[in-house]
Amino acid sequence: MSEQAKGAKTSTNPKDVSRRKFLTDMTTAFGVAGATCAAVPFVKSMAPADNVKAMASTEVDISDISEGDTKTVIWRGRPVFIKHRTGAEIAKARKEDTSSELLDPAKDESRVQNEKWLIAMAVCTHLGCVPMEGGEHDGWICPCHGSQFDASGRVRRGPAPSNLDVPPYEFLNPTTIKIG
Amino acid sequence: MSKSNTQKAIEWFDYRLPIFSFMKHSAVEYPTPKNLSYMWNFGSLAGIALVLQILTGIFLAMHYKPDVNLAFDSIQHIMRDVNSGWLIRNMHMVGASFFFIVVYIHMARGMYYGSYKGPREVLWWMGVIIFFLMMATAFMGYVLPWGQMSFWGATVITNLLSVIPFVGEHVVIWLWGGYSVGDATLNRFFSLHYLLPFVIFAVVFLHLWALHTHKSNNPVGIDLKKDTDFIPFHPYYTIKDIFGLGVYLIPFTFMVCYAPEYLGHPDNYIPADPMVTPAHIVPEWYFLPFYAILRAVPDKLFGVIAMVAAIAILFVLPWLDSSKVRSARFRPLFRPLLILFFANMFVLGWVGAKPPEGIYITIGRLATFYHFAFFLILPLVGMFEKPKPVPKSL
Ligand code: HEM
Ligand code: FES
Repeated sequence: MSEQAKGAKTSTNPKDVSRRKFLTDMTTAFGVAGATCAAVPFVKSMAPADNVKAMASTEVDISDISEGDTKTVIWRGRPVFIKHRTGAEIAKARKEDTSSELLDPAKDESRVQNEKWLIAMAVCTHLGCVPMEGGEHDGWICPCHGSQFDASGRVRRGPAPSNLDVPPYEFLNPTTIKIG
Repeated sequence: MSKSNTQKAIEWFDYRLPIFSFMKHSAVEYPTPKNLSYMWNFGSLAGIALVLQILTGIFLAMHYKPDVNLAFDSIQHIMRDVNSGWLIRNMHMVGASFFFIVVYIHMARGMYYGSYKGPREVLWWMGVIIFFLMMATAFMGYVLPWGQMSFWGATVITNLLSVIPFVGEHVVIWLWGGYSVGDATLNRFFSLHYLLPFVIFAVVFLHLWALHTHKSNNPVGIDLKKDTDFIPFHPYYTIKDIFGLGVYLIPFTFMVCYAPEYLGHPDNYIPADPMVTPAHIVPEWYFLPFYAILRAVPDKLFGVIAMVAAIAILFVLPWLDSSKVRSARFRPLFRPLLILFFANMFVLGWVGAKPPEGIYITIGRLATFYHFAFFLILPLVGMFEKPKPVPKSL
């Protein structure tokens, strides 16, 4: 206790002591709760702003992508692969549906709307680099830590833990898709 | 003899705000062990390096623009148009690397002479906290020039947070302020890069407060009891620290003028491109050992945990080391293991710069194993080691 406090007459009656303790605890609890509420708007201010959320969809003309080619477009600031798959690539991807080598098993069918077109995020599920065409599975290899993906965007070699994400998209007509 | 007017003015002021007595107490008369080696210069050097970063940074910030469309060009503007801009930027860039060199030596000194042991555990903790803050500051600073390495370094490192169970993805989007590293990210990193050095400054203050409470350790590592074991800080250590600064400034100035890019990466002179990742991305040299540990573990979550634990384990070092003897001089078993630990750091750094394939993976894993094994066998080392006779006084 400080010098001043010693001078003042503070009751040591157990009832008063426990009442004082209760009041102090309550005041502290309210203070903490208040500070937490005050922090909410600050924390929220760091989340994506409205204008960023508003850019949430993009339309792409796919008529100029010939069979076997891939086009990379930007959606929400991130690249997306649009791969025009060849018949052989489709057949291989489907044949490997049951392969025990799949690290994150998924049927090719469940990853495409039209089997000729694979639309997948060009964002490695490990730490976010853009994979390059290559690797041993008609797909991509990540330059950062060497993950590999097949023609269905499924992870075939780690450290990536999961398949390339498939963004929400729809075919507006046979040659235009809308992502987002 | 009557007092001079200056003395009177100082006394008048000091009575109201005792800053002069404080300085006299903690920087002039302050008792310092008489046997400190040059290894004890690195604390004051680190302080000067921090002040230099803050000074050069403030002047850079007068010309820098934290906007994805302007950032890269504003750096070119600093380098070409701003009067002496090239000098200030080179000092800031080389200064960051030198700051890390100084702090690494300072930490190694602490480990070698057992400075982390009681009663200096809290002093040691403040140091580890400063190290974490420095890494965050340097990481965000490196994003500011908005080159390819800035962008992809930021992407990979912020994505590390996505391993947090359940909320990871949300935390990363919140940190980015968007769906990828972008304008919002660059702007907030600039804000934080400006702020954190001042937070570091405050923690340095606590670090020194703890230091002055129990005084410096020394190369013999024993508690000093006699007054004759100490000498006043001024003039003995003020002069020694200034001499050390002079020596430090020679390679520093050389690098600033002749090799400012030597420790950097040429890819950072390509403007950031979210569509293409460079074929071989590497972090700044001072992060390489920890990057090597991240990659040594084949699992995403455990890789991140290992990387953080590799540094955070320093917090518990004072309790892992069971020996009563501080200085490695008198510890025949600890000393070689520690020297191997330092050498192993260089191996990790070297592996961190190599592509993660073939033999490098194996070496990286062995080195990671030793890094942790060193800490985990310390309790046993203290139990089985027969220390050499420790002198009772200096
Ligand atoms: C702990 C102290 C600090 C460290 C370790 C540090 C580190 C760095 C690093 C590594 C860079 C990137 C250099 C490059 O490649 O171009 C940088 C850039 C920058 N820093 Fe700092 N910094 C520190 C303090 C500060 C402070 C206090 C300010 C502002 C008041 C500041 C302002 C800037 C600015 C404007 C840039 C962008 C210009 C440039 O890239 O050269 N820094 N910092
Ligand atoms: S980011 Fe692709 S493997 Fe690490």
